[in-house]
Amino acid sequence: MSRKYFWLTTILLVLALTLVACGGTAPTTEAPAEEEAATVEEAPAEGEATEEEAAPAADGANQLEFFSWWTAGGEADGLNAMYEVFKKEYPDIEIVNATVSGGAGSNAKAVLATRMQSGDPPDSFQVHAGHELIDTWVVADKMEPVTFLFEENGWLDVYPQGVIDILSYNGEIWSVPVNIHRSNVMWYNPAVFEANGLTAPTTFEEFFAAADTLKAAGVTPLALGDNGIWASTHLMETVLLGALGADGYRGLWTGETDWNSPEVTNALDTFAKMLDYVNEDHAALSWDQAAQMVVDGDAAMTIMGDWADGYFFSLGLTPGEDYGFAPTPNTDGTFMMLSDTFSLPKGAPHRDNAIKWLTLAGSREGQDAFNPVKGSISPRSDSDRSLYNAYLQSAMDAFASNEITPSLAHGAAASEGWVTAFNDIMTLFVTNRDVAATQAAMAQACVDAGICGQ
Amino acid sequence: MTTRFNPARFAVYFLLVLFALIFLIPVYVLLSSSFKTFAEVQDLSNMWGLPQGINLESFKAAWSGIPEKGLRGLAPNLANSFKLTIPATILSALLGSMNGYVLSKWKFRGSDVIFMLMLFGMFIPYQSVLVPLTITLSSIGLGGTLWGLILVHVIYGIPITTLIFRNYYAEVPNEMIEASRIDGAGFFGIYRHIMFPLSLPGFVVVIIWQFTNIWNEFLFAVTILQKPELQPITVALRNLSGSQIQEWNMIMAGAIIAAIPTLIVYIIMGRYFIRGLLAGSVKG
Amino acid sequence: MDSQTRHERWIAFLMLLPSIILLAIFVYGFIAWTGLVSVSKWDGIAPDYNFVGLKNYQQLFLKAIGGVSALRFHIGLWNTFFFTIFFLFICLLIGLSLAILLDQKVKGEGIFRTIYLFPMAISFVVTGVVWQWIFAPGTESRPRGVNALFSTLGLENLKWGWYTDPTSIGPFHIALIPVIIAAAWQMIGYTMAMYLAGLRAIPDDLREAGNVDGATNFGVYRHIILPLLKPITFSALIVLGHISLKIFDLIYTMTGKGPAFATDVPGIFMFETTFQGNHYAQGAAISMIMLIMVAFVIIPYLIFSFRQEVEL
Repeated sequence: MSRKYFWLTTILLVLALTLVACGGTAPTTEAPAEEEAATVEEAPAEGEATEEEAAPAADGANQLEFFSWWTAGGEADGLNAMYEVFKKEYPDIEIVNATVSGGAGSNAKAVLATRMQSGDPPDSFQVHAGHELIDTWVVADKMEPVTFLFEENGWLDVYPQGVIDILSYNGEIWSVPVNIHRSNVMWYNPAVFEANGLTAPTTFEEFFAAADTLKAAGVTPLALGDNGIWASTHLMETVLLGALGADGYRGLWTGETDWNSPEVTNALDTFAKMLDYVNEDHAALSWDQAAQMVVDGDAAMTIMGDWADGYFFSLGLTPGEDYGFAPTPNTDGTFMMLSDTFSLPKGAPHRDNAIKWLTLAGSREGQDAFNPVKGSISPRSDSDRSLYNAYLQSAMDAFASNEITPSLAHGAAASEGWVTAFNDIMTLFVTNRDVAATQAAMAQACVDAGICGQ
Repeated sequence: MTTRFNPARFAVYFLLVLFALIFLIPVYVLLSSSFKTFAEVQDLSNMWGLPQGINLESFKAAWSGIPEKGLRGLAPNLANSFKLTIPATILSALLGSMNGYVLSKWKFRGSDVIFMLMLFGMFIPYQSVLVPLTITLSSIGLGGTLWGLILVHVIYGIPITTLIFRNYYAEVPNEMIEASRIDGAGFFGIYRHIMFPLSLPGFVVVIIWQFTNIWNEFLFAVTILQKPELQPITVALRNLSGSQIQEWNMIMAGAIIAAIPTLIVYIIMGRYFIRGLLAGSVKG
Repeated sequence: MDSQTRHERWIAFLMLLPSIILLAIFVYGFIAWTGLVSVSKWDGIAPDYNFVGLKNYQQLFLKAIGGVSALRFHIGLWNTFFFTIFFLFICLLIGLSLAILLDQKVKGEGIFRTIYLFPMAISFVVTGVVWQWIFAPGTESRPRGVNALFSTLGLENLKWGWYTDPTSIGPFHIALIPVIIAAAWQMIGYTMAMYLAGLRAIPDDLREAGNVDGATNFGVYRHIILPLLKPITFSALIVLGHISLKIFDLIYTMTGKGPAFATDVPGIFMFETTFQGNHYAQGAAISMIMLIMVAFVIIPYLIFSFRQEVEL
């Protein structure tokens, strides 16, 4: 045995034992990690007492940990804008921006679920309004109601009843809505439309007629980027809405509309036909790459929620000139809605700070700082129109006057379990286009979700 | 030895070099992309080309992040990986050494069966213990903490460390032990004066093996450590590569940072690394 | 050893006891617990241990009951099957070839060995990241990775979607090909090291005996050496096989489940359905099936190894 290895081992052993000894008394070794992670003005005196869910601020640190999947682009900018407002008001509170990127929030949701499961909630987190909030978190008794915030701040008068309804369960309101997005928007390249003598189609017939013209002209009619499969679900929900109308569509999620009906068959046929007009490499692209195809003129249209407006905005494009927008075929007069909300989980370690944060998030000031940058509209009826661009102003008008339906792909219409099943169905449908099998699977998913009878 | 051209020898070298080049393609990709600027990686026509110069921008970005794009730096995660890997490695090596000693020199009735039952633990898909594990960890106050993950690695490291030490100690001749017994050494005396000093190379093998494995592990880390600031580098790297904005130069630099510690260990102590590898196939 | 006292034997057992208890709980106890979850109704964040029998398993296997879950699981099993077959075949074939080449008393053997083996020291996550870049198809007008290379070389018709192509030939998804390549890149060195160790353990006189008998170099390998390497092939099959049956990190990082589940495997399904869909019972059922698949390979191997040891 050589001396060299003796020394190596000894050194390694000593090193390790020192580390163990340093860690010595319980989980304080985390403290340095946290210090490095956040931009700290005041170093927290103690490590996070993560295991002590019952003792708010027991760690002595004056923090606010906000959890979201807004890591980049307009979303992150919007969140930062709100942070700035918060910092101005509460300079002593250190913000810990806990974000998890990727998969349109699906990674983040997995992380959040495990954190909540292990009794380690953040102070507040981003969650979609509707069934994602209620079925996943409220029913599982992981949330605190925030009705008192609505009462104290007079929010009951400025938030539309429809929004409050989907945040309510058992007579309480469970989350603070910070924005409204519209999902049923068709974005198009006006120059391409003009060159082919087209106007924005309003019905499926017009859509397919335009698509034929475009295809003949060598332009991809519809750009799709579904490498995150929710983009297919997203397209499907707009087709379902177009084929069934607002009431029929809403009924799908309450059991009142039959999933085996010919109207649903018709929607699936329409969707399958649309796939004939999309770019071949759609499975390799993300939604923003599909939007880029429209910008570049390689494709004429894409159907995406209005966060695409934020994307176009970040490219320096002007709405109405560089890109056009219209409701998706057959859905004029309906506003397919989704909403991001901020929540108050049970056992939030810094509950007081969370309440300050939520108060700001629900205020006009907070929302008008956040939304114009994020590329969404405020749910409040009293927001300052002049801060918003032309598209967002049109969205405000539509939101105020249209019928409102909940988005499936973004958690408003159905439980997360149902949405995951739907995504799985869509990933197969996009490939095999088997309408009968897909319809049967969709009907089955409704049964599994406990909404439709056997 | 002849210096004349020998086609068979040439074929051997040709194949070896060819495979070596193929094996090095990912290394080329890592190095060339990580030395590029963001503008350079955006230029897809030159994505396989060499960088215009040695640019360390991407390493800086990978190390300390790009806050305006919401991208976190990997430096804290690298520190976490060390804080996780070193204690877990040492603790599991010590445990394994003691177990190996007992199972090779103090066999009792049923000890082989117990050993076999222990070994099964290193082959199971960890998915089959994941949910009970997270529940248990949080109920004992270790959920979401680095210490919880250390405990997990120590426990699930027991089979392999025990195996390596048991096979290693089995080669120590019983006569040596008998001799020291005559000198009055007991259970611990034998361990301290004979087995432990003899087993230093064994420790090197086990430490290298566990270090590499724990450093590279992903599933436990991603399930148990949810806070981005606590996650080891493998998880942080995966989050970086899964994000919408693909800063490839930064991701590649991050991949290099994540790979370097284990690569250094491998290059310096490759011989022991291979021994650990081979020990993984049960029969040492 | 006869001189061991009763007292000392107890001490020895006590020293082993903590490990036994820990593994009993963390391996066997938790497996049993997962088994319990897999026959429960737990479907959501809050645990629900009401017994539902084999319903969760039926939903995975029977398309009539499970709908898309069953479809996805079937695809995942097929993918695992093809992945395992090709991965094992490539690793064994190239690993053995490289070992034999290195066994030809080549100069710079150490360097070659280091190059072939270094991927083993790297995390599957790093591997996934790099190969994701290499096989990313890009778009038609802006190709990336290997496709960009093909474009530059004028081989336009060789371009395809790689891991984003949902095409399947029978039950074989071609999107698995890039994943298999990445996995093989990582594990070939390991197989080579095993074979090389085996080759080095063969005494020289055996080879010389072959040479004296007038056998060609090839003949020596074919008739003398390869048969001696059988136990190594067996070990390699088991080790690589159990890795590929439970593969997760690499695919999760590199491709995820892929379009139409083209690169989905039970490990990813379990992770997503449990932690993203909150279907805890279904996730537990999947992991129990994974465990059973691995156990089928490992338990006979463990028993076999011990029998052999006892005989020695």
